[in-house]
Amino acid sequence: MTVTALVFYLFAAITVASGFMVISARNPVHSVLFLILAFFNAAGLFLLLGAEFLAMILVIVYVGAVAVLFLFVVMMLDVNFVELRQGFLQYLPVGALIGLILLVELLLVFGSWSVLPEAGNLAAARAPDAATLSNTDALGRILYTQYLLPFQAAGAILLVAMIGAIVLTLRSRPGVKRQKISDQVTRTMETAVEVKKVQPGQGI
Amino acid sequence: MEIGLGHYLTVAAILFVIGVFGIFLNRKNVIIILMSVELILLAVNINLVAFSSFLGDLAGQVFALLILTVAAGEAAIGLAILVIYIRNRGTIAVEDINLMKG
Repeated sequence: MTVTALVFYLFAAITVASGFMVISARNPVHSVLFLILAFFNAAGLFLLLGAEFLAMILVIVYVGAVAVLFLFVVMMLDVNFVELRQGFLQYLPVGALIGLILLVELLLVFGSWSVLPEAGNLAAARAPDAATLSNTDALGRILYTQYLLPFQAAGAILLVAMIGAIVLTLRSRPGVKRQKISDQVTRTMETAVEVKKVQPGQGI
Repeated sequence: MEIGLGHYLTVAAILFVIGVFGIFLNRKNVIIILMSVELILLAVNINLVAFSSFLGDLAGQVFALLILTVAAGEAAIGLAILVIYIRNRGTIAVEDINLMKG
């Protein structure tokens, strides 16, 4: 067994195991941490496949942004997670049944499937020789030419998601005292100072 | 023993099934459901990259990049909805989300 096979089995086993821990961990914070572990090992699988750029993007975007976003939300929200776990076992049989059926179906598809001999000629964007052009270089070359429109659409999707998230969570709370500089500057003496005559021996 | 396309597809299939299983198992907890969706998308990405690598076609990696984008947007919007839901109702139990009577 070669080193590559060993590394593949290591990455694959940790990915699957941590994926299982994500859905079965008692504490959601642990779930997020196992999700990060799964992403790291999936990035290792990508590296084995020769997709270095996607592996790094997976670590940066998923681990650095998405998983940390999950972590923030889980830690900042005051939610009773014990209550949410009630009925956990109630759904276990039907979930296991459907999962098993799905797995068997997928494995049946993968078992009885083969690549067309001339599939290599049908490539939409043939990968160049890895020795002459790195994966990142090759991906950049087609991303900004052949796939420019999908790339721009991805940017638009991100913009919409960003604006949507801001619009959803932004709120103006009443009763919050904050400094209004324009009000302070435009105050005159008439509105600011009131002169009262106080009779001797009496308060105001 | 050579690691082939089938090995990667099997890992992706198992990960996909774990994601679906997680949605069933944690019916009440939206955060875990969102994480399960992330797992499913990760499985799809592994499939795309594996095919891309073994068929020598970079288009698969471009599509994986687009899926990554959509997954990031989905997570951001999903968590934003979750935050405002908790702000209004004080719980994230999915079963209680029936305001729209759907």
